Amino acid sequence: MALPVHASPLERIWHYAYLVICALIFVFLVAPILVVIPLSFNAEPYFTFTDKMLSLDPAGYSLRWYDSLLTFGMLAPDAPRDGAWYADMWRNAAWVKAAKNSIIVGFWATLLATVLGTLAALGLSRPDMPWRRAIMAILISPMIVPIIIIATGMFFFYSNPCSILGFECGRLTSTYTGIVLAHTILGIPFVIITVTATLVGFDQSLNRAAASLGASPRRTFFRITLPLILPGVISGALFAFVTSFDEVVAVLFLAGADQQTIPRQMWNGIREQISPAILAVATILVVISIGLLTTVELLRRRSERLRGMTPR
Amino acid sequence: MADLTAAAPLTTADGRPLKEALARAQRRAKTRAFLLVAPLLLFVIVSFVIPIAQMLHRSVYHDGFSANAPAVSAWFAANPPGTPPDEAAFAALAEDFRAMKAAKTAGEAGTRVNYTLPESRSLFTKTARDADRLAPPYRDAFLAVDPKWADPEVWQAMRSSSSAYTSDFYLSATDFRHTADGGIERVEPRQRIYVYLYIKTFVLSGVITLLCLILAFPVAHLLATLPMAKANLLMILVLLPFWTSLLVRTTSWMVLLQGQGVVNETLLSLGLITDSGRLRLINNQTGTIIVMTHVLLPFMILPLYSVMRVIPPSYVRAARSLGASSWTAFRRVYLPLTLPGIGAGALLVFILAVGYYITPALVGGADGQLFSNMIQFHMSKSNWSLAAALSAMLLAGVLLLYWLYDRLIGIDNLKLG
Repeated sequence: MALPVHASPLERIWHYAYLVICALIFVFLVAPILVVIPLSFNAEPYFTFTDKMLSLDPAGYSLRWYDSLLTFGMLAPDAPRDGAWYADMWRNAAWVKAAKNSIIVGFWATLLATVLGTLAALGLSRPDMPWRRAIMAILISPMIVPIIIIATGMFFFYSNPCSILGFECGRLTSTYTGIVLAHTILGIPFVIITVTATLVGFDQSLNRAAASLGASPRRTFFRITLPLILPGVISGALFAFVTSFDEVVAVLFLAGADQQTIPRQMWNGIREQISPAILAVATILVVISIGLLTTVELLRRRSERLRGMTPR
Repeated sequence: MADLTAAAPLTTADGRPLKEALARAQRRAKTRAFLLVAPLLLFVIVSFVIPIAQMLHRSVYHDGFSANAPAVSAWFAANPPGTPPDEAAFAALAEDFRAMKAAKTAGEAGTRVNYTLPESRSLFTKTARDADRLAPPYRDAFLAVDPKWADPEVWQAMRSSSSAYTSDFYLSATDFRHTADGGIERVEPRQRIYVYLYIKTFVLSGVITLLCLILAFPVAHLLATLPMAKANLLMILVLLPFWTSLLVRTTSWMVLLQGQGVVNETLLSLGLITDSGRLRLINNQTGTIIVMTHVLLPFMILPLYSVMRVIPPSYVRAARSLGASSWTAFRRVYLPLTLPGIGAGALLVFILAVGYYITPALVGGADGQLFSNMIQFHMSKSNWSLAAALSAMLLAGVLLLYWLYDRLIGIDNLKLG
C-alpha cells in the first residue's frame, strides 16, 4: 500500500484522503462498542460523559451499576454483605439467574450443535455424498430464514410437538429443552460452515494411510481426522455458543419466567427504562467477546499452520 | 491381448465382475456419507422445517367458524354463492348458536368471521348471549337481536369462513378484501399497509446494502493490500463488532444517538447545532438505517476481503504501464475482478437485512419498523393466521434471494472470518 515514488501530487492527496476515510470507517466500526465501557462507570444515571468524567475526576466514576447488577432482584439487597447475602444474591438476583440460564442453555445447545454439525460436515465433505447441494442448503437455512419466522414456527410446534402425529404429549414451551433445541438449530449453520471450511484443505490420503496401516474407521477419526480439524470444530462451537448467548427472539417466544437469559433480561431493560446497568452488562459482554475473538483468531492460525497453508 | 479383454470381462480377485464390485463399493460409500449427515438432517427437518411448514399451514387453514357452526356451513355448501339467506339458513344458524352458547365457542367463530369482515366478532358474542330466546320465525328473531343480520356482507363473510381452507388471509395480507357480491377489491388507500411495508422493507434493505458496500469497499481494499501482519491486526477491528452481542451494539447506538446522547452533546459543544436543534437520530427510520448498517457491515467486508486478497496487484500495474490512468485502471481492471465479492457480500447483507427484527424493534420508532415487526405485532394480537400469511410472503422473498445466492455464489463459499 506504500505510495510509489513517482506518484503525482494529486495521487498523493488522494492516497492520504483514502487513508483518512478508512480510519473513519474503522472508528465507525469500533467506537460504538468501546464507548459503552467508560460510560458504564458513570457515577450519574446519565448516558453522556459528565464534566467530572471528562476531567478524569475519580468522583465522576463509580462501580454502582455493576453493584446494581448483583443486587437487583435480591430479597434483602441492603443487608450486611455476609454469607447469607451472597447466598441470597446467588439464588435470587435477576442478572445472576439470567447468567446461569444463559450458560446452561448455551452449553447444551453448543454441545448438540457441535456433535451433530461436525458429523454432518464430515459426511458433506465426502466426495460420494448424494444430494449434497440440496442438503447443504437445508442445513444452512436457519441462518438465512428470518428469526421471527423460526420463532413463530417453533412457538406453535413446541406448544404441542406431537400434534403432527395426531395426539397430545406435553409441551416444550417454557422448558429448558425447548430453548436448547431452538438454539441448537440456530447454531448448526455456523458449525457446518466452519468445519467444512477446515475440511476443504484436509488431505484425504491421510485417512487412507491410516486405514492401510490397519486402523479402524473409529480409530482413524479420533487419532487422525479429529486432531487435524479440531481448530475448525472449536471455532464452530464458539460461534454456536455466541449465537445462543446472544439470542433473544426465540427466548421471547418460547421461554417461561424461569428461563430468562441475559439477552432477554437486557431486552426488558432496554424496552422498559434503559439504565446504565445495561451498559455494565454490555461492558462485561464486550470483554467476553474480545476473549472469544482472540481464541478464534489463535485457533485459525493454528489450523492454517497444521494444514501447511501460508504461514503468517 | 485385445482378444483376451474382449472375451473375458475384468474381474476382482474373488471372481466378481469389476464393474459390479465397483458400483457396490460406491453405493456403500454413498450410504456411509449419507448416514453421517442423516442425524442432523432428521433433527433439522423435525424441529425446524416441520414447525415452519405447520405454521405456514395456518395461513390457509382456520376452522374457527366451520368447526363451530357446522349446520350453517352445510347450508352454504348446498347453496351457490349469492343466494340470499332464507328461513332454512336462519334456522341452521340458530341451531349453531345454541350449540356455540353451550360450548362457549361463539367468540372463536366470531374471530374467524372478524378476519374477513371487521367488527363482526361482537355481533357473534352478542347473539350468542341471546341464543336461547331465538324462536321461529328465525329471520325476525335474528333481526330483533341485531339488524346487522340482514346485511349481505355479514352473510358473505360467513360464507367465506364456512370452509376451513381459505385464501382470505392472503387477501388481507396483500391489502384486498371481499365485497358483498362475492368479488374482491383493494381496501381503502389509507388501510393499504402490508404491500407498502413489504416494498419499504426491501427498499430500506437495499439502502442499507448500498451503504454497507460503500463503507466496506475501501476498508476491504486496505486490508487486502496491507502486509499480512498489519492486515491481521486491523482485521480484529472488523471482527470485534462481528463477535459482539447484537443487543450490546444496539444499546451502544441508543446511548450514542439519543437526544441527550454522546453524538448530540458533542455536536452541541462544538457549536454545530443549537440546543433546540438536536438531531433526531433514533426511534425513527434514520436510527434503523444507521444501526443496521453498522451491524451488517462485517458481513460485507469479509467476502469482499477474501476476493480482493487473491487479486494479483500486477494486473493494475500492467494496466498503468500500458497508459491507463489510475481511475481507468480501477474501473476497467480492478472493479470487475472484485465483482464476485461484491455480489456475495451484497446478497448476504440484503438477505439478512430483509428479515431483521431486533434492531428495528429497539431503535426503529414508528416509521423504522420492518416486515418482521409487523409479523410480531400480529402474533402478539393472536392474529395467528394473518401472521402466518405475512410470514409466508416474507419467507418467499428470502428464499428467492437464498436460491439466487446459491446459484450465483454457492452456499459452500459462505465464510465467517
